[in-house]
Amino acid sequence: MASVASKLYSDDVSLLVLLLDTNPFFWDTTSTTFSQFLSHVLAFLNAVLGLNQLNQVVVIATGYSSCDYIYDSSLTSNVGSESRGSGMPALFGSLLEKLEDFIGRDEELAKEDEHVDKIAPSLLSGSLSMALCYIQRVFRSGHLHPQPRILCLQGSPDGPEQYVAVMNSIFSAQRLMVPIDSCYIGTQNSAFLQQASYITGGVHHAPKQLDGLFQFLTTIFATDLHTRRFVQLPKPVGVDFRASCFCHKKTIDMGYVCSVCLSIFCEHHKKCSTCGSVFGQSKLDGANASSSVNDRKRKAPDS
Amino acid sequence: MSNQRKRPNGGEREEDDEEDDAEGIGQWERAYVDDRSWEALQEDESGLLRPIDTSAIYHAQYRRRLRMLSAAAAGTRIQKGLIRYLYIVIDFSRAAAETDFRPSRMAIMAKHVEAFIREFFDQNPLSQIGLVSIKNGIAHTLTDLGGSPESHIQALMGKLEAAGDSSLQNALELVHEHLNQIPSYGHREVLILYSALSTSDPGDIMETIQKCKKSRLRCSVIGLSAEMFICKHLCQETGGLYSVAVDEVHLKDLLLEHAPPPPAIAEFAISNLIKMGFPQRAAEGSMAICSCHKEVKIGAGYTCPRCKARVCELPTECTICGLTLVSSPHLARSYHHLFPIAPFDEVPTLTSSNDPRRKLGKSCFGCQQSLLGAGNKPGPCVTCRKCKHYFCLDCDIYIHESLHNCPGCESIHRPKSVSLMEE
Repeated sequence: MASVASKLYSDDVSLLVLLLDTNPFFWDTTSTTFSQFLSHVLAFLNAVLGLNQLNQVVVIATGYSSCDYIYDSSLTSNVGSESRGSGMPALFGSLLEKLEDFIGRDEELAKEDEHVDKIAPSLLSGSLSMALCYIQRVFRSGHLHPQPRILCLQGSPDGPEQYVAVMNSIFSAQRLMVPIDSCYIGTQNSAFLQQASYITGGVHHAPKQLDGLFQFLTTIFATDLHTRRFVQLPKPVGVDFRASCFCHKKTIDMGYVCSVCLSIFCEHHKKCSTCGSVFGQSKLDGANASSSVNDRKRKAPDS
Repeated sequence: MSNQRKRPNGGEREEDDEEDDAEGIGQWERAYVDDRSWEALQEDESGLLRPIDTSAIYHAQYRRRLRMLSAAAAGTRIQKGLIRYLYIVIDFSRAAAETDFRPSRMAIMAKHVEAFIREFFDQNPLSQIGLVSIKNGIAHTLTDLGGSPESHIQALMGKLEAAGDSSLQNALELVHEHLNQIPSYGHREVLILYSALSTSDPGDIMETIQKCKKSRLRCSVIGLSAEMFICKHLCQETGGLYSVAVDEVHLKDLLLEHAPPPPAIAEFAISNLIKMGFPQRAAEGSMAICSCHKEVKIGAGYTCPRCKARVCELPTECTICGLTLVSSPHLARSYHHLFPIAPFDEVPTLTSSNDPRRKLGKSCFGCQQSLLGAGNKPGPCVTCRKCKHYFCLDCDIYIHESLHNCPGCESIHRPKSVSLMEE
């Protein structure tokens, strides 16, 4: 029995955890509607499930004010709810139902928040953390499990206040050797997703237009981890390594770093708000240090 | 001192009195004596051995560990001098060829220093290491201070031969010369792996030791043969640690003890705000002339955000404008120390299933595993104080030991006014 099972779970069986961005503020601004987008995604999920009988798909919705699981292909309760009769395969009936539920709830929660000046970020850190917990459970289940990977279908801009949480998730995924693929469909580029894919060895791609989204999804993101070694996948066009400062949650490419705790600030402070150390306690020493650094710098190019 | 350190998992044990017994037994037995696995066995009603349910025990151990950690964190502020400049001095004198460590002291030292270097850079992202070797009574610089583990390891592995006498003074003088130049916010440290039992010095070593003390060099020594007065004196004077390894495992433990940053002594730590840049990585296949080697390179390079010069490696200093360039993920690796998540509260299993709060948490919020135990009775679970979501014990461990995020708290939209600092 064990040998049969191990044959079944060969290296091309995958568990795809899809993080679906349902942020209403983002979908308001796009030319493609959410339902068009969804039809691409559902076709893609069907394709992934069709590639191998043992493939598993989990969908987590990344909303504006909450995150939730909306589909798990390993649960039997998905099959048989053909109540909707909207022409969708029965398999995804429950997905659509749950998604509708989720968006309704999410909207209710969002109402409490009054002003929104630009497109608000969605809760990527939450859905990433949930996905990793799920994958951790799959790892716990024994030696025979599908190869997990995460795919972020994200359109909302980065939320700089999630910086630490997103980075924590990325490092945890790196330790678990779980690649985070990312498909960014928004207008700006996403530093979080570029870093996530770069650090964990996943693929990052930002399709120029959404009409052919299905094509991109199947050719790039449907390939399992084993096959990737033989396929020419898009190479990263640079990685945006900008960080968020701790004081104003701004995304910056240059800043001040506390020498005691490594907190990042966008401007000069007298005191570190994270660890409480006071900067430039001894002014003399500080001045000496900077001058000696300068000396060294000046010397360096000559030698 | 060294006797106590030898125990790998000393923290979990209640009694310490069989320490003496442990001395007399073979090494292979020691693991079992420490473990006492037979005590965990239980018999069922018919006298058969019952399979051990370790998950609860495991979780209890984890909770104790977590409490200890959070207590320690509350006691000492996070103030740790995270920018360290460390020179590792390795004694490759005649004594390093001895084979009491297999295959030889030299090989064992090199092997564990390699592991140490990797661990060191993992824990101290902005720090730098340099390597010095002692051979034929002379100290040689193997590598200058630098932040790339690979180059150090390469240099170390290329020079594995032992000859001549050892000289502590020469090594200290050389390191002192190097470390005297670094900025004052950095912590100057020396870690000496000493295998000889003597030192042949050109002058008065006591003067050198005083000089090191004056320049705030923290010198630590790990001996491989026996305790020496001069090493002990050096460590006492400069505030370092002195220890002698009894076997290979012990040597490894002693070395790795130096990887986490030492508690910054107030007068040593001069905190500073350092201006740094987070360069972008250039596209694969793009062509540019790098400013550090002045060569045309294809692909993989970083662009200084201030002067747009191209550099090959991080961390470094921009050769054009002098800005310190680091990769931001490198810094972010240590942030979970700064914003730890509070331990979750255990949910008493006795609460009746009619409890309205209980109904919410039928499955773990993180992994969707059912929280119902055998016979649809509520199983053990924990809850986050802030978001009130329920988690299974496995997720609890994973969240606190690896993820460092609470999925529940991250799935709640925070109004902009609430900043991370207040958490």
